[in-house]
Amino acid sequence: MKPVAGVAAKPRLTTSAMIASIAAPGQRTRQAPFGNALVKLAGERPEIVGMTADLAKYTDLHLFAQAFPDRFYQMGMAEQLLMAAASGMAREGFIPFATTYAVFAARRAYDFICMAIAEERLPVKMVCALPGLTSGYGPSHQATEDIAIFRGMPGLTIVDPCDALEIEQAVPVIAAHEGPVYLRLLRGSVPLVLDEYGYQFELGRAKLLREGGDVLVISSGLMTMRALEAAKLLQADAIAVAVLHSPTIKPLDVDTILREASRGGRLVVVAENHSVIGGLGEAIAAVLLHNRVAPRFHQIGLPDEFLDAGALPTLHDRYGISTDAIARQVKSWL
Amino acid sequence: MVVAPPEARARPFLPMPVAGLREMARINRMDTTNMFMAAGNGHFGSCFSCAEILTALYFSVLRVDADRPQWPERDRFIMSKGHAAPTLYSALIRRGFMPEAWIDEFESKVGVKLMTHPSRRYQPGVDASAGALGHGLSLGVGMALAGQMDQRNYRVYVLMGDGEIHEGSVWEAAACAAKYGLAQLTAIVDANGYCVDGTLDQVLPMEPLGAKWEAFGWEVTEIDGHDFASLVPALDTPRSGSTGRPRMLIARTVKGRGVSFMEGVRSWHSDVITRQQYDRVMAELGESLP
Repeated sequence: MKPVAGVAAKPRLTTSAMIASIAAPGQRTRQAPFGNALVKLAGERPEIVGMTADLAKYTDLHLFAQAFPDRFYQMGMAEQLLMAAASGMAREGFIPFATTYAVFAARRAYDFICMAIAEERLPVKMVCALPGLTSGYGPSHQATEDIAIFRGMPGLTIVDPCDALEIEQAVPVIAAHEGPVYLRLLRGSVPLVLDEYGYQFELGRAKLLREGGDVLVISSGLMTMRALEAAKLLQADAIAVAVLHSPTIKPLDVDTILREASRGGRLVVVAENHSVIGGLGEAIAAVLLHNRVAPRFHQIGLPDEFLDAGALPTLHDRYGISTDAIARQVKSWL
Repeated sequence: MVVAPPEARARPFLPMPVAGLREMARINRMDTTNMFMAAGNGHFGSCFSCAEILTALYFSVLRVDADRPQWPERDRFIMSKGHAAPTLYSALIRRGFMPEAWIDEFESKVGVKLMTHPSRRYQPGVDASAGALGHGLSLGVGMALAGQMDQRNYRVYVLMGDGEIHEGSVWEAAACAAKYGLAQLTAIVDANGYCVDGTLDQVLPMEPLGAKWEAFGWEVTEIDGHDFASLVPALDTPRSGSTGRPRMLIARTVKGRGVSFMEGVRSWHSDVITRQQYDRVMAELGESLP
């Protein structure tokens, strides 16, 4: 760039919001796990259709559109239409996978999801990208409160998968589920972690991925992979951290959560890629209180604020959801 | 039921001649009034403006079967202006989808089957729950897309209020229906000119309605929404699987039509009815409409 007189040349940014990926450098990844899994499933299930609000490319639905052009519906930048038309398809016997960004589904299309889909218990599968803080674009694209918005919707199942493997496993499971589902999608180059744990996704079930006698971290979504990494860091300080992964936010696996939270006087920490208001943390706090289980309890999550734009690693560190930040916070509570 | 409609025929032969349709529209208004009397209040204006539209659909146009409410080949009807549900309930009751006894229970206590807005979960023959305005056309688009994909020849009808089309989602659906050439989709606007806070011109003008829908790629017909001779042929669209333009029927209507003290009176959008007013309504309906 040619310098302009009187304006100092700024250094070129090496990371940007545009190329944001949640994968750490060198981490194993798989490409477009949702799109590939849906293509595979749709080959066996002709009632599956794909619908999007001009975000096929950024929700990995473009793979489905290429494989099944006759079963793909491009609805344009019209999320309310997207959800209600998906409802229309579902009442005719199809299983629509409707994709957009989590912010637009939760904030703009809520009434349509609630009344046209959930109230009639129709099997629309809403697969929505950029959950929580997984975009550097600022508040317009950061769905920091999507779970808080959706938890109150009767009959809606909410799934927050951790990695590529879990997304692949979840696709056929949510398609087979009878009612509506909201899935928080990790898109593009998605980390692969859970294969090392012999993991199998089950709707409504939390799974203990790691044992530890000092701390129990209950987490969902990408925070589970961060919790597993933080547990390894803390091991070096002789702090034993158990990790219970709870990908189904609603309905919660109350039995497993109570059983683990009751064991051995451990510090209980809920870690989520979501506002500390209205998400997994508060859901679990309520379960514990209702059942008179009272461990020392802390939440790791996003603050009740509109967040900054910028590079994700910086933002994750600033807002306390990076691996280092998790380890730091857990140590401070011991 | 305080006053029974004259010889309410449960399952008339179809399609009905115009004289029979006029009689059914009169019965429809009486049923509606009886429902509102049971509840103590109701959306009179919005129901009475679309009584002929519902009657034409259910007694001359729609291919439906009361013995098979979920018959896959049936024509679909979405009452998107859900607050006028009693008009739909009457049509469904007189076609035999629901028992007549439900009229007197309307909204009378918790747990009854008929409430202010349609519910697919409780009411046989109802194709979509409604009440939140602006959903129906998008639903209809999805149902028509499904029919198009499966090469079925059912038709999809969506009735909206003219105030309802203030909702932006309606225009999202309008653009999409044109994109996919949903000829099997017919939308009807009950253009009675009023919404809750005043006339459409005062609240948020939407004219020229016809030009707007034409610009969105729809085939538009404007008719007198109380005239069966115009309504029936305009509604009875070809049953073709081919693509073409979606159809918009702008039905010019009078809010509160059929009752002298309700016609064009805004407060009758939704109001309490006294016993005295009830008697007047029934007396006026007892004399046939022009």
